[in-house]
Amino acid sequence: MEQQREASTFGMWVFLLTEIMMFGGLFAAYLIYRISYYPAFVAGSTSISVAWGFGNTLVLLASSFTMAMAVWAAQTGRSRKQQMAWVLATMVFGAAFLGVKAKEYYDKYDECHIPGHVIGKGFNAWGGCEANNPKLGNIAEEIQKKARDDNEEILKDAKAKGTPADKVQLVPVPSEVSAQQTAKQSEIFFSFYFAMTGLHAFHMVIGLGLLTWLLVRAGRGQFSPEYYTPMELGGLYWHFVDIVWIFLFPLLYLISRHTGAH
Amino acid sequence: MAKEHAHPTVGLYIVIILTLMVLTCATWAIAFVDLGIWNPVVALTIAVMKAVLVILFFMHVRYSSTLTKITVGAGFFWLLILITLSLLDYLTRVWMVG
Repeated sequence: MEQQREASTFGMWVFLLTEIMMFGGLFAAYLIYRISYYPAFVAGSTSISVAWGFGNTLVLLASSFTMAMAVWAAQTGRSRKQQMAWVLATMVFGAAFLGVKAKEYYDKYDECHIPGHVIGKGFNAWGGCEANNPKLGNIAEEIQKKARDDNEEILKDAKAKGTPADKVQLVPVPSEVSAQQTAKQSEIFFSFYFAMTGLHAFHMVIGLGLLTWLLVRAGRGQFSPEYYTPMELGGLYWHFVDIVWIFLFPLLYLISRHTGAH
Repeated sequence: MAKEHAHPTVGLYIVIILTLMVLTCATWAIAFVDLGIWNPVVALTIAVMKAVLVILFFMHVRYSSTLTKITVGAGFFWLLILITLSLLDYLTRVWMVG
């Protein structure tokens, strides 16, 4: 039995390593493009909601905890009911995560940030997004506004300190054309955003399928301290998906936040 | 069965999840402080710490055989090569970073 369990765990980890390589390729590509199109990536990254991303991180961590508890319940021979309750709790957290993700995707639809400029709220071939949602997500406008706001701060600061006017160093305000260009380039960020979170969400959907299967098997009382391999391997998969998000959250939501844009 | 499969206790799991949540709050709060080039470094260091906690305890690698440990280690080592060597190239292309 011990040898069988060992073989299963080893096999599962080998599969997870192929997954690491798949997501790893995306991470590497994301970082390289971030270096090449830094201002556009900052503009894109600060347009997604850090509060929702933060909440979702806590939800996913909680689901990892309940998953670990489900494995523990099977491993230590707890009742079927207890095993099922932990699996079910994991599914609830997983579904909540996907719900928030859907809300975030809808916001991007609302702001016309879906790359390609074909899908978006009220999009039409004549007016485009800005014509319908002038208040929302106009990245070019925000880039210029940010520079103007920064300059206002600098001037206020200089006045308070009594710095002579010719010593004050202002930030250059990007021209309309250059701001538009950066906004256009932020589509590269959004392509990565949707590809990476989309692939991650797809793994979550598969994970929910696996959890349903574990729920049924736990209900039939098929797991015991002698045999709980499916639970153990399902847990490994679920935790792996959690780890991917642990890296997605800082890379997509956090690392450009300090630049001060909203 | 030769020996009972070692497994962590509920108390340990609770300590781990609380640590993970505290680290998440920390990385979120630090993200708004301007540390210049250190922002991504701090964010990714915290992410690595969180991942290591999940791998060692939730994924039971700490309690697994040497074979599993080496497999996991090798996987992440290759990931590290993929990312650091690619970035070493791109980050040293003056015309790209400038």
